[in-house]
Amino acid sequence: MKGLIKLIVAMLAALIPVGLGAQDLDMHEYLFGHIGDSYEWHITTVNSKPVSIYLPVILHSKHSGWHCFSSRHIAEGESYQGFAIDPEKGKLVETLSDGTIYRPLDISVTKNVLGLLINSILLLVLVLSAARWYRKHDAMQEAPRGFAGAMEMMVCMIEDDVIKDCVGADYRRYSPYLLSVFFFIFINNLMGIVPFFPGGANITGNIAITMTLALCTFIAVNVFGNKHYWKDILWPDVPVYLKVPIPLMPLIEIIGMFTKPFSLMVRLFANILAGHIMLLGVVAVVFLTAKLGTALNAGLSVIAVFFGVFMDVLELLVAFLQAYVFTMLSSVFIGLSRQQPQE
Amino acid sequence: MSLITPDFGLLFWMTLIFAVVFFILAKFGFPVITDMIQARADRIDQSIRLAKEAEAELASLKERQQQILDDAQREQVLIQMEGVRLKDEMIAKARAAAEEESARIIEKARRQIAAERDEAIRQIRTTVAGLSIGIAEKVLRKNLDNIDAQTEYVDRLVNEIKSSSSESN
Repeated sequence: MKGLIKLIVAMLAALIPVGLGAQDLDMHEYLFGHIGDSYEWHITTVNSKPVSIYLPVILHSKHSGWHCFSSRHIAEGESYQGFAIDPEKGKLVETLSDGTIYRPLDISVTKNVLGLLINSILLLVLVLSAARWYRKHDAMQEAPRGFAGAMEMMVCMIEDDVIKDCVGADYRRYSPYLLSVFFFIFINNLMGIVPFFPGGANITGNIAITMTLALCTFIAVNVFGNKHYWKDILWPDVPVYLKVPIPLMPLIEIIGMFTKPFSLMVRLFANILAGHIMLLGVVAVVFLTAKLGTALNAGLSVIAVFFGVFMDVLELLVAFLQAYVFTMLSSVFIGLSRQQPQE
Repeated sequence: MSLITPDFGLLFWMTLIFAVVFFILAKFGFPVITDMIQARADRIDQSIRLAKEAEAELASLKERQQQILDDAQREQVLIQMEGVRLKDEMIAKARAAAEEESARIIEKARRQIAAERDEAIRQIRTTVAGLSIGIAEKVLRKNLDNIDAQTEYVDRLVNEIKSSSSESN
């Protein structure tokens, strides 16, 4: 038995060329290169030449006005028109003639923006093709099958179980927004798990994305909140000494107004980011252990692959779960803002 | 790194893209699907209600059918009874008519018989009278030879007539 294992390990060792993982892995660059944003989309490296999609850089500088050029010019730390990537922050900065470094207004189409665009187009195609089925067919006569049927199942599940239950009576007004949010997050989460182009961009694990989504929910809650909602915040049903002279409860309620969307923002961002980091860490085991010898490397690689598969499946669950939770909590917050006073 | 500080460029693009996606989905995507699902759910509810109504109607129809059958049966019995009654009546009428007719025939026969009897009596009487006269002739012819006997005979006759008249008085 022992001899057999030794034999297998030896065979595995023979299969792996020594020196494949010999180059040092820059863990910082590896991690942040995958989960962070960048001006180019690095797809792979062939013969130590990077294969990347170079994206347009759009800048507005106070000193030199608008600039728009391909990120090819600033790749590998080069400088172009006075702009270069700050190696510490990974952002473009302008170096003025007097030597001062200045950060311009930067609305470049980055990796995340391109990923966002691809995923959004995919989402539009999926939903509109499902909607097209309903336009083409008489839903009174037949039920959709195949893809439209699957979409209907998802839509029904979210609308019936989440939106209808949490929002309350006038849920139909909010259901397009909540369904859009659910599918938007879900497709971006899923595409984030896909390890190669056009997936792999860490979109929902970016705080700017979740912030925008949380802001939308904040607007939906507070702009369309009814009188009862505002009374509950400014003059809640608590003993008077909690409201005057020090407006303790109103203060807590007002803070609560902001903590709710803040929690939405952080929850989605942190969950997806943590998932990506975990997956990347597990995969990195393969390369990090290369220096420890072939046998150990092979053994740990097998474990890492198994664990990677497990993590990937877990991330599938998380991808759905976080979209579901975001939609459900948004529904609950909207439902609270639409509540009618109880007799 | 800018992990927890939102990047302005990405915020800008995200807001723009999400606004467009939301607008398109909210206008052409989800309402189409949810409205259709709602309409179909309503339709199914309505169909179930209609089916229940139809079932109830069917039950009432069955009841009515049974009622019609019962009515028909009752009618049948009535008609049968009427038939029997009519039959009896007709038989009675026919019997009465037959009786009347037979009575008439009997009466007629009786009258004929009576007439024939009278005729026969008359004929007999005529015959008897002729025979009597013949006999009388013969008797007379024989007895006129003897005057004594004649006288005696006439006397007897006269007596007889006398006695009979006195008796009748």
